[in-house]
Amino acid sequence: MTDLATDVLIVGAGGAGMYAAIAAARAGAGHVLLADKSLVGRGGATIMAQMTVAAALGEECPDDWQAHLDDTLAAGRGLCDENLAALLCRDAPARIREMAEWRVGWARRENGRIAQVTAPGHSRPRCCYVDFLNTGPAVAATLRRQISQIGVINRVSNLAVTDLLVHDGEVAGAVALDIAEGEPVRIAAKAVIIASGGLTRIYQRNSASANMGGDGYALALAAGAALVDMEFVQFFPIGHLAPRVVGMDPIMWDPFRYKLGGRLLNRDGREFLADYGSDESAGYTTPRDIATYAIQKEVAAGRGSPHGGVYLSFTHVPRHSLEAAFGPVIGRLAKNGIDLARAPVEVAPIAHYHMGGIAVDPDMASSVPRLFAAGEAAGGANGANRLSGNAIPEALVFGEVAGRSAALLAAKRPMSALPSGAGADIVEQIRSLADGRKGDIAACELLDELREIMWRDVGPFRSAKVLSRAIVRTEEMRAALPKLSLPPGRRFNPALAEWFELRGSLIAASAVAHAAAARIESRGAHQREDYPDSDPAWARSQRITMTAEGGITLGPPQ
Amino acid sequence: MTKHTARLRVRRGTADEPQPRYEEFALPFEPGTTVLDALIAIRRQQDPSLAIRYSCINANVCKECLIAIDGVIDYACTTRLRDDKVMTLEPLPGKPLLRDLVTEIRPPRERLK
Ligand SMILES: Cc1cc2nc3c(=O)[nH]c(=O)nc-3n(C[C@H](O)[C@H](O)[C@H](O)COP(=O)(O)OP(=O)(O)OC[C@H]3O[C@@H](n4cnc5c(N)ncnc54)[C@H](O)[C@@H]3O)c2cc1C
Ligand code: FES
Repeated sequence: MTDLATDVLIVGAGGAGMYAAIAAARAGAGHVLLADKSLVGRGGATIMAQMTVAAALGEECPDDWQAHLDDTLAAGRGLCDENLAALLCRDAPARIREMAEWRVGWARRENGRIAQVTAPGHSRPRCCYVDFLNTGPAVAATLRRQISQIGVINRVSNLAVTDLLVHDGEVAGAVALDIAEGEPVRIAAKAVIIASGGLTRIYQRNSASANMGGDGYALALAAGAALVDMEFVQFFPIGHLAPRVVGMDPIMWDPFRYKLGGRLLNRDGREFLADYGSDESAGYTTPRDIATYAIQKEVAAGRGSPHGGVYLSFTHVPRHSLEAAFGPVIGRLAKNGIDLARAPVEVAPIAHYHMGGIAVDPDMASSVPRLFAAGEAAGGANGANRLSGNAIPEALVFGEVAGRSAALLAAKRPMSALPSGAGADIVEQIRSLADGRKGDIAACELLDELREIMWRDVGPFRSAKVLSRAIVRTEEMRAALPKLSLPPGRRFNPALAEWFELRGSLIAASAVAHAAAARIESRGAHQREDYPDSDPAWARSQRITMTAEGGITLGPPQ
Repeated sequence: MTKHTARLRVRRGTADEPQPRYEEFALPFEPGTTVLDALIAIRRQQDPSLAIRYSCINANVCKECLIAIDGVIDYACTTRLRDDKVMTLEPLPGKPLLRDLVTEIRPPRERLK
């Protein structure tokens, strides 16, 4: 078995993990291990981001980070952790300018200034981007280039962290599955940063990559850390539904609806957002939570489109304006048989981002010593609803802070080897799973069922009855884990990694369902049919922890 | 909607096996379905051991799903299924084979030593 030792172990190499690696190296870490279950810089949400990045640069008009903070807090519906939100807004300009120095290629005006547009929820033009729909790929490529030039950063792709090792109440390292060889790997680390992204893959309708099943939340809970705001999953209102397109992300419509005033219509061809209190006569301003609610209600009332969504129509926009706004994208749409000048497309809400996550302080330290979190894996900054464009800066800013904090902590400690026998049970489990198991059902089938349950019962609409049904079923599935069938094989056996994905996803799902059941009000992204109003008494965050027996529970660790 | 049936002839196995081995899968599909959609469905409904690399599924940005489709290197996530002939799926030529359609595409500096 491979045994590794590092100053700082980073779990996940998206925007947060890669920035954390750079910051840890700058802060003097002698060895950084950057592990990703997929390929470094390619596996998560960062490379998929298509729209904008918010930062109070003031390139278009005067702006300051407090104004960005005001907008962030308003969007968060009273639940943002103000210290974290302030950190995000205050440091975002420095990160965005640093990315500019690294030649990420932010779109610029003719006068050379960075172009900034007003995305929904922002009080002024604040959101930068890389044309066309290329923000995420450019950010990911730039960070990949940076980390490849820093000698102390050791990158490992296809290494999935399955368990954290806790010793004397502190995190001491991890066990990981080397997916390529199907072998366990033990890692001693002076500090660990969870930067494994979000959990939207646990929903049937999602904008996620294959690697966003919520592993980091499960790792943190099992290590004794608290999670916060887990009930707040952001549903992106106008995800692409039909006709089937390839080579394009389902959330691609937003900037165009925004630029061109795309109209949302129900089955009868009528605009309906005004019926839900959102007047769009002055432009596309409806926040994500309200648009999602309105669309789901129209569908439930039988006024949806054939595939169960609503129509997004640009037929009122002249063809030359469409061509100017969509640029080369219009050709990609044509290849998919879509002509926006002639016919609308169907859209529907999809799970897109997780506001909740690992509870951290402004140093990105979790409630367990030596364990840090950053990016979408960390919770609190965005409260009950995230402002668009805030997630990439969150990944970069929190990644930078986490990397620095972890390296400074690591510098104060001598490297201590793992206690002998640490993680032996997990190593044994990986080996025994790789030998294969007979059973009635495979992990990928249960993952599918979980996604259906989460969409139906823990999705945009919730109630006590369906939430408790989801909680019972996820617990049953957790109990079934030892009895699943698994084809034998070590080298790149997809079923082996999937078994661990299912285990993590079930814990993350259960955390969302428990938090959602306990919050008996509606607020932001959390909408209860049985408690449709916001309750001022609930203007507070909930924490989730794990009991010694592995149960999910509300409140601080016992 | 009319149902179509795709027939996929997939190269199976690891480099340790002396002879290349192919397995044929049949799968009903609706127009528009991609090769990656089909492989994911086959894993779920027929054979969870089938190995394929992919991450982003729709966005075509991760570039992990490149394979040889009827001898032409292309993305599984952007190639549509067809029902007029058997489609042959093979791992990328010239890369070390790990399993089935998965090859070693990690840069050398991103592998465990
Ligand atoms: C389609 C899409 C479009 C978006 N557009 C925008 C936008 O325009 N603007 C914006 O601000 N935000 C946007 N977001 C949100 C934003 O992209 C994410 O919140 C952000 O990139 C998260 O960065 P991260 O580094 O925390 O996580 P990610 O980039 O998701 O990276 C996490 C990494 O961790 C790895 N990983 C997971 N589990 C493990 C494990 N157990 N062991 C090892 N590695 C693991 C994954 O493979 C992945 O590579 C978008 C999101 C999506 C999905
Ligand atoms: S799955 Fe990402 S490019 Fe095909």
